[in-house]
Amino acid sequence: MKLLFERSVSGRGMNYLPKADTGNRMPDEKYLRKSRLHLPEISEVDLGRHYTELAKQTHGVNDGFYPLGSCTMKYNPRINEEIASLEGFTQIHPLQPAESVQGAMEVLYKTEELLCRITGMDALTFEPAAGAHGEYTGLLLIRKYHQERGDSERNVIIVPDSAHGTNPASAVMAGFKVVNIPSNENGGVDLEALRNAVGKDTAGLMLTNPNTLGLFDPNILEITKIIHEAGGLCYYDGANLNAIMGRVRPGDMGFDCVHLNLHKTFATPHGGGGPGSGPVGCKEFLRKYLPCHMVEKKGGSYVFSDPEKSLGQVRTYYGNFLVVVKALSYILTLGKEGIREASGKAVLNANYMMHRLKDHYHVAYDQTCMHEFVLCLEDLKKETGVSAMDIAKGSLDYGIHPPTMYFPLIVHEALMFEPTETESREVIDEAVKIYLDLFEKAHDDPEYLHGAPHHCPIGRPDETKAAREPVLKYSFDE
Amino acid sequence: MGRYIPETVKEQEEMLKEIGLKSTDDLYSMVPEAARLKDLDIPSGKSEYEVFKDMKALADKNTVYSSIFRGAGVYQHYIPSIVKTITSKEEFLTAYTPYQAEISQGVLQSIFEYQTQICELTGLDVSNASVYDGAVAAAEAVFMTLDRNRNEFLVTETINPEVLTVIKTYCESRDVRLTMVNSKDHKTDIEDLKKKINEKTAGFYVESPNFYGLIEDVEDMAVIMHENKALIVEGCNPISLALYKTPGEMGVDIAVGEGQQLGLPMAFGGPYLGFMTCRKELMRKLPGRIVGETTDHEGRRACVLTLQAREQHIRREKASSNICSNEALCAMTASVYLAAMGPEGLRNVALSSYNNAHYLEEELAKIGFKRTDKGEYYNEFLTDSPVDASVLENKLTEKGVLSGLNVEGKILWCATELNGKDKIDELINAIKEVL
Repeated sequence: MKLLFERSVSGRGMNYLPKADTGNRMPDEKYLRKSRLHLPEISEVDLGRHYTELAKQTHGVNDGFYPLGSCTMKYNPRINEEIASLEGFTQIHPLQPAESVQGAMEVLYKTEELLCRITGMDALTFEPAAGAHGEYTGLLLIRKYHQERGDSERNVIIVPDSAHGTNPASAVMAGFKVVNIPSNENGGVDLEALRNAVGKDTAGLMLTNPNTLGLFDPNILEITKIIHEAGGLCYYDGANLNAIMGRVRPGDMGFDCVHLNLHKTFATPHGGGGPGSGPVGCKEFLRKYLPCHMVEKKGGSYVFSDPEKSLGQVRTYYGNFLVVVKALSYILTLGKEGIREASGKAVLNANYMMHRLKDHYHVAYDQTCMHEFVLCLEDLKKETGVSAMDIAKGSLDYGIHPPTMYFPLIVHEALMFEPTETESREVIDEAVKIYLDLFEKAHDDPEYLHGAPHHCPIGRPDETKAAREPVLKYSFDE
Repeated sequence: MGRYIPETVKEQEEMLKEIGLKSTDDLYSMVPEAARLKDLDIPSGKSEYEVFKDMKALADKNTVYSSIFRGAGVYQHYIPSIVKTITSKEEFLTAYTPYQAEISQGVLQSIFEYQTQICELTGLDVSNASVYDGAVAAAEAVFMTLDRNRNEFLVTETINPEVLTVIKTYCESRDVRLTMVNSKDHKTDIEDLKKKINEKTAGFYVESPNFYGLIEDVEDMAVIMHENKALIVEGCNPISLALYKTPGEMGVDIAVGEGQQLGLPMAFGGPYLGFMTCRKELMRKLPGRIVGETTDHEGRRACVLTLQAREQHIRREKASSNICSNEALCAMTASVYLAAMGPEGLRNVALSSYNNAHYLEEELAKIGFKRTDKGEYYNEFLTDSPVDASVLENKLTEKGVLSGLNVEGKILWCATELNGKDKIDELINAIKEVL
């Protein structure tokens, strides 16, 4: 469809602001911009329609089932949006005097307290703006901890081969080397391999439990013990917390620090890829290394303070504040019973869906799963030539957002489903029916699926061309 | 308690029965006893009405000033209604990262349009889809300049202190040696820059306007850096780029900045977005998501996430950055804002801010708050304060006015298009009463 720039007509547009009433000064000629600024010149009605058309070509949670594994695409309650747009939250400057932002500081303080109780941690920072940013922050905490103890030889982070790609990337950014360890036949951490991997250079372990196969590792207490005995710390990747919140806490599994994805577990919207929020919690002994600008309560009021040996800052101010506001509203709404019911239903939905698919599709690890499960389509591909990608693209024609494809890397032709707790049985039943139809179609008419989708705004894009001859902006004629 | 689960408890029991289980607890049988949580110690849930009331009470505890003369990196601007209307559309709000291009053309195209607009503003060739904020953009830009032989980086003293702390944190973890370049009268000392460059210097970061509002001699600095085979990174104010020389025109290699001013409220620090652009030779070192245009099999225009060989989900530990989520909805906000304002509208915002600030300077001088720096400034400037700056802050707060920021005992004043003559005259009268 047309780009904004192709709708532009010279001289069109709205005047949203008056001219200045304080004079007609201009900076000296030598400072001025010479090149023409090509921004769209467009009427408000055309601008509105442009984005309405773009919205029609976007699938959000409210457009239909969104079982994208490891992304927790649950319903985003509308009230949280309304609360986050209150003037008292949006129209405050981050550098206002503390006395004038006591309500905002209370939001941070309260949410910290609640999330600490949910995770079993003692302190938490909201500075990181996303999950990967939280990972980076948590790893800096680990780095700082070893440095401060004079234990500078510890430069290795152990990561299982089923981990999210951000884990090893974050470890390298934080100045560590990465050692990958294999999974065992049940999809968990291979304890023998872990024992062999630890040593004097072990700084820590990054683990998500349940892992990316959707499996809870029953050896978790042994795993964290092995790391601690080797002198390392345990980092919990909270991407999959939705499966266990209110039932198991990272702190009780032996983890020393954790990041959460408020945009997954705590129902804040993903916004097409952000803004998220990736707060990092830690045990008491790590508190003194947390980023600056922590909120404390002194007397009857809230104050900012920098931890004694703070690692510095990973973002300005206090992180994505409005996202925290939404998460707090969500936690207050659900409360202790609701949090527990949400995780239980998320796990129930995943098991129910897996149960209904497994007579036809091969489940990678056939055991009780947590909030997500992984199908392996290797056999289907051998038999019919139809790949995981083809099935995923086929589901687009039915108005379903595909599951996560080709991840985790240790399962071939993987499709990873996370239905989340807010989908009803009817929605899951309908999706199951569609996936069974696609299974049949794979046998009857594989060509059709190779060409899918057939009813979307576009067909499969040429990604090779996009990468080989990159066109990364619109070219104006002059 | 509020709940967003469709089924009743009875219906859930039926689902459990169908998969051969009795209770939800059976789903957690593999969790070791010692790790199980007996009781989650948080309050019980509340109805939507009660939660709204409680949260509203928290919002009401914050002071919303009727006029704001404080910037220092975050600025209050007018945001046309159309901006919020468009960006609250549920499709945009609730979608994930656009991995499935066939049903994500809306988000992908909006990012492509955003990238085009950011390139236009900065006069550079390539933009990414945004990063977390302006400070992170600056820190990521430092990493872009490094190579095997050059791992030292220079930063000017006139930098925003929040940005500096973030750059320091990022550099420390990667063992990048950071050296500060001195300033004179709150402008970068070019002689000191020349002195501090060596064969290990990868690049130099400077903001213009800088933290004190002053326009820096970026063109001269670019020449010096390039003579030494090093790169120059400029931190910019996106609104001022409608008026002032662009990084592209001044020979800058990488331009970054805080995008909050482009249609996002101050919101106590976030969400914001960091924009990043560079010359095309540096394209493959740019971190984060990038959207490119291609075609589908029928030749229709299509946008996709591209150049993914740089990214963590493909390269894992060899990725150019760990970034996964960016600030897509904030980038869309910026794009809608820029489209709504148009080239003339944006220039008007910049010129109004410029004129209001200069009028403010004149009026403040008349009551004893003299500007302490010399040279060209955009919309922020430092003055002496005849009274204690924190006393002034408190007194003005009582009148619903947020004063300039106390910086080193002086006051850093700011005006945008929202601080017109009436607001400034009000401020001056309020200060007179305090004096």
